[in-house]
Order: sequence, then structure tokens, then C-alpha cells
Amino acid sequence: MSHLEKDSFGAKLGMWLFLFTEMLLFGGVFILYSVYLTRYPKEFGLGGHQLDLVYGATNTVVLLTSSLFAAMSVTAIKTGAKKLTLGLLSGTIGCALIFLGIKYLEWSAKFHHGIYPNSPKLIAGPPGESIFFSLYYLTTGLHGIHVIVGAVLMSWTAVMVQKERLNASDNVTLENVTLYWHLVDLVWIFIFPLYYLIL
Amino acid sequence: MTEEHAEHILSYGKLTTVWVALLVLTAATIMVTRVELGVWKVWAALAIASVKSGLVIAFFMHMKYEPRLFRIILFVALFTLAGFIGGTFFDVLYR
Repeated sequence: MSHLEKDSFGAKLGMWLFLFTEMLLFGGVFILYSVYLTRYPKEFGLGGHQLDLVYGATNTVVLLTSSLFAAMSVTAIKTGAKKLTLGLLSGTIGCALIFLGIKYLEWSAKFHHGIYPNSPKLIAGPPGESIFFSLYYLTTGLHGIHVIVGAVLMSWTAVMVQKERLNASDNVTLENVTLYWHLVDLVWIFIFPLYYLIL
Repeated sequence: MTEEHAEHILSYGKLTTVWVALLVLTAATIMVTRVELGVWKVWAALAIASVKSGLVIAFFMHMKYEPRLFRIILFVALFTLAGFIGGTFFDVLYR
């Protein structure tokens, strides 16, 4: 294995190209949102006011903090601080779990009020409201899947760091996983104002 | 060792400063959207979100220190997305 020269430039470039496809994916969902917002401004306003700002804001802080830990883990591994790298990765994973826990509470509260895709309450209500909540579940659900994938990748990377397969001189895998994690944070930076703030 | 082009490592202090800036901007976006500004609060919130994204991409994602090629493809992707958004709204608003 050790004779293999890793091309970190190519690896990172490839990761960025993948991230651009992710940006276009979420971009498409945001376009859907804004088109329907111009069509149903009143219903979107009513829907948006039913979302809990405290949950949304807390999750924003949690994700920003997780991104800080992820960025710091790259600094840590490059300076050869293995224990610190593992600690920071655990911190990132911990934040991911807190985020998912809060999301669970938020979604259960909505389900409890009869607001979920195809629920009798939404079917009986105005179409704009049903579209708002469908887009809400689609966007936050797709984002939630990315959070889960990110946490799994982060755990796998931590194992590689523990085994010293990733170390001070060979760590582009860790860098790429943190790039993915920052993208998850970037998407939330737009979900938060669009769904919780501007309506 | 092979030719290792001087790798830039961000300090913990600098990363923490960026994080503080992101938290301040988050507080700012919540406050500015609690005021009744009509359509301006949408633009204000999007502007702040763009600044926050810029900080995350430049520092957390290390874009500021990558070769120029990375920034070129970043702007190609952003222009493509902007083109989709612009084209869609041209249709939605002037149909």
C-alpha cells in the first residue's frame, strides 16, 4: 500500500465536482419552493408560521458548531494530533445526532397535529398549504438523509484515523468527508431563512 | 518526500473566528426578519445566507487556499444554478 502515491489534488477536485451536483440538486428544490411561494404567498405564510423558530435556530447553531469541529479536525490531523482529531470527529458526530434528535422532535410535533404528507387535514385544507408542507418534508427529509450519510462517513473516517490509515501525511479522505459535511451545513444555511424566517 | 507544494493549514483561532462570525450573522438574520420590512426581509435574509455560505466555502472548505481551477469551477456551477433560477423566474413572472 505504501508505494501508492495518493493524488490529493485529483481527489479533492473530484469531490468538489460531486458537491456541485449536490448544489444543483438542492438548488432545484429551492427553485420549486420559490415558484410555489410566488403562487401561494398567503398559504406559505400561514404554513411558515407553524414551524418552530426555536428548533430551527437551535439546529442552525448545532450545525455551525459541527462544521467548526469538522474544519478543526483537518487542522488536527495535519499537525499530527491523532487524539484531538478523534475528539473533534466525535464532536461532529455528536452534533449530527443532536441535530437529528431535534428534527425528530420537530417532525413528531407536526405529525401529532395531523400535518404530514397526504394527511386528511392537509387534503381538506387549501392546496397551497399542502404544497408548503410537502416541500418542507421533501427538503428537510433530503437534508436529513445527507446528515445521516455524513455522520456514517464521519464514523468510518474516525475508524481509519484510529487505525492510522489516515495520518499527518495522508489525509485527503478526511478532508473530502469534511467537505461533504460542510455542504450539509451550507444547505441548512439556506433552508433556515427560507422556511423559518422570511414567511 | 515528493514535491509537496506548501500546504496551508488553518489555525484553530482563525476557524473559531469564522464560527463566531457565522453565529453573529445567524443572530442578525433572525433579528432582521422579525422586523416588518415586506419583501426586503427576503432579500436581507438571502444576502446574509450568501455571506455565511461565502465564509463556510472560503475558510471551512478551504476554497481560499485551493488552486484557481477550483474557484473557476465553483463559479461555473453557481452561474449554472443562477441561470436556472433566472430562467425559471422569467417564465413564472412574465408568462
